[in-house]
Amino acid sequence: MLKINNLHVKLEEEEKVILRGVDLTVDAGKVHAIMGPNGSGKSTLSYVLSGRDGYEVTDGSATLDGEELLEMEPEERAAAGLFLAFQYPVEIPGVGNMTFLRTALNAQRKARGEAEVSAGDFLKLVREKAASLKIDADMMKRPVNVGFSGGEKKRNEILQMALLEPKMCILDETDSGLDVDAMKLVAEGVNALRDEGRAFLVITHYQRLLDHIRPDVVHIMANGRIVLTGGPELALEVEKNGYTDILAGVGA
Amino acid sequence: MLAQAKLDALSARIAGLHFPSTGWQGKARGHALERLTAMGLPGRRDEYWRYTDPAKLNAAHVQAKLDASDVAFQDAEALKIVFVDGVFDAAASDDLALGGVEIARLAESVTDLHWASDIYGVLEAQGQMPVERPFAVLGTAFATDGILIRVTGKANRAISIIYRSESDTSDVILHHCVKVEDGAEVTLLESGDAAARLLTVMEVDIAPAARFHHVRAQGRSHHRVVGTHIFARIGEGALFKSFTASINGVMTRNEAVLDIAGNDSVAHVAGVCVGDGGDFHHDDTIFITHAAERCESRQVYKKVLKNGATGVFQGKILVKPGAQKTDGYQISQSLLLDGDSQFLAKPELEIYADDVKCSHGSTSGAIDDTALFYLRSRGVPQRRAQSLLVLAFLAEALAEIEDEALAEDLRLRLESWLDRHEA
Repeated sequence: MLKINNLHVKLEEEEKVILRGVDLTVDAGKVHAIMGPNGSGKSTLSYVLSGRDGYEVTDGSATLDGEELLEMEPEERAAAGLFLAFQYPVEIPGVGNMTFLRTALNAQRKARGEAEVSAGDFLKLVREKAASLKIDADMMKRPVNVGFSGGEKKRNEILQMALLEPKMCILDETDSGLDVDAMKLVAEGVNALRDEGRAFLVITHYQRLLDHIRPDVVHIMANGRIVLTGGPELALEVEKNGYTDILAGVGA
Repeated sequence: MLAQAKLDALSARIAGLHFPSTGWQGKARGHALERLTAMGLPGRRDEYWRYTDPAKLNAAHVQAKLDASDVAFQDAEALKIVFVDGVFDAAASDDLALGGVEIARLAESVTDLHWASDIYGVLEAQGQMPVERPFAVLGTAFATDGILIRVTGKANRAISIIYRSESDTSDVILHHCVKVEDGAEVTLLESGDAAARLLTVMEVDIAPAARFHHVRAQGRSHHRVVGTHIFARIGEGALFKSFTASINGVMTRNEAVLDIAGNDSVAHVAGVCVGDGGDFHHDDTIFITHAAERCESRQVYKKVLKNGATGVFQGKILVKPGAQKTDGYQISQSLLLDGDSQFLAKPELEIYADDVKCSHGSTSGAIDDTALFYLRSRGVPQRRAQSLLVLAFLAEALAEIEDEALAEDLRLRLESWLDRHEA
């Protein structure tokens, strides 16, 4: 589904290279985890895939079901089925959460040539999805993420994912800032979305999240490259021994 | 400008105007002409006109290409009063009859003992201190017509003044008076491009426990020139609320002079403007005097400026000695959609009482790129995302409108402007 080939990325404004040849293939129905020390390029990878400004791709490609992502606008990538759950969800004062969700859903549907969802159907849909994530009505009435706790923000990300039903979900350190209960709730939300047509790329520092969202494949990223790939046991090894030993072992 | 130059400017400006000296306002008009002759018209070196060049308001003649008439509040349940190029259009207007309200026209009210003689030119003259406002005096002296509204009960409908324009050279001066008696309440709407150039004065006298709501939509011809003045006297326990949405215009100067005279009263003025292009100029000039105890005033102004547009805000809160427990708030903000637009703000507080709460803030900013990316990453197209963020910026001001249907009407008009003026 997602195919990243020899991706090289530098910062647009300065001569700082961040990704130095990332190769990664994620098949439909699979959950891949990317782990790695601070500054290894994990979050940059998620931003570049979703189309954030400030990065320059100097080489390589990234395709979603064969379509080149890197040439698309962020909204086109979203309509194509890509979703990034932000590490730091953005507060937008003055824009109601409901308005935001409905605008996003209908914009994507329109871009794909599908009929827009009526206000009534939308309300029903949101209520149903929100209830399963224990998001109360008051949160929906507030402006996007404004006054939300860390846990509420992350749950709101998962709610967006549940509504938009993307094919390829990237979770950027969704566990950061969450207590154990909140993490479980978020993980349940993610697990409920797992199916054969959908893939996940879970970026995390810690193995803890992967106890709840069981990955099929674990990658270790360091210095702008994927240096090691293995099964869930790789995450346990990181937890036990830290990155230094593992990276020394592969000469990275 | 030298004194002589100011007087020359005045002579040129009024040379072609008819001076209506008869009727119950004759005396007030005469006094106004005397006052005007003493002050002349403003020049660029006047402190009060430092950020706004009065040339377009001073000019002896005017010519402006106007777009098709565009009138807001069409769906509002309101008594409609229509002016075309400043001339009352009886056929297009409703009967000037409304329960709890007396409505008359300035040009037709000839009786000597008129209730409006206590207001006409009186509140305006009081508002000339400490800063002269020559165009308001001009409006008192030379207005050709206007609406006189006396509210004695709770008006069961709003009053909607609709300005249409057909002539590219129309130069219109109107003067309205509103008196809201004890405990009475009314909503006044104004909308439309009135003329190539429009000068208005509105004097509002709000008696104790009365409530006055004013919502105005100025737009959307790009070349129109507008100078407006509101002078309000607010009595004990009374409420005054005025909101102005301004779309386009090469010269708009909206002045509001509020005299908070009675204890426990509330005065809110707010506005939004959107402008595109180096010749767009919009100025809000506010002067609020707190002369009573436990009163609240609020100024909320938001401007969206692009392609070299200019926005000006001059807002002053004066708290007089003894006006204890005053609660004054002022915010003026601009959203600059490019590096060429500019926002000039002069917030002022002058406080002579020691137990008051006054705050003011002014900011200029750009669209938040992070928020824009967040919206786009969820599939919202760039233009729509921008327009959502601009409307979010304007929301605090629009929230000042109590009637949600009116607010929604203006919100949609602003949204359609944003759609047409892609950032």
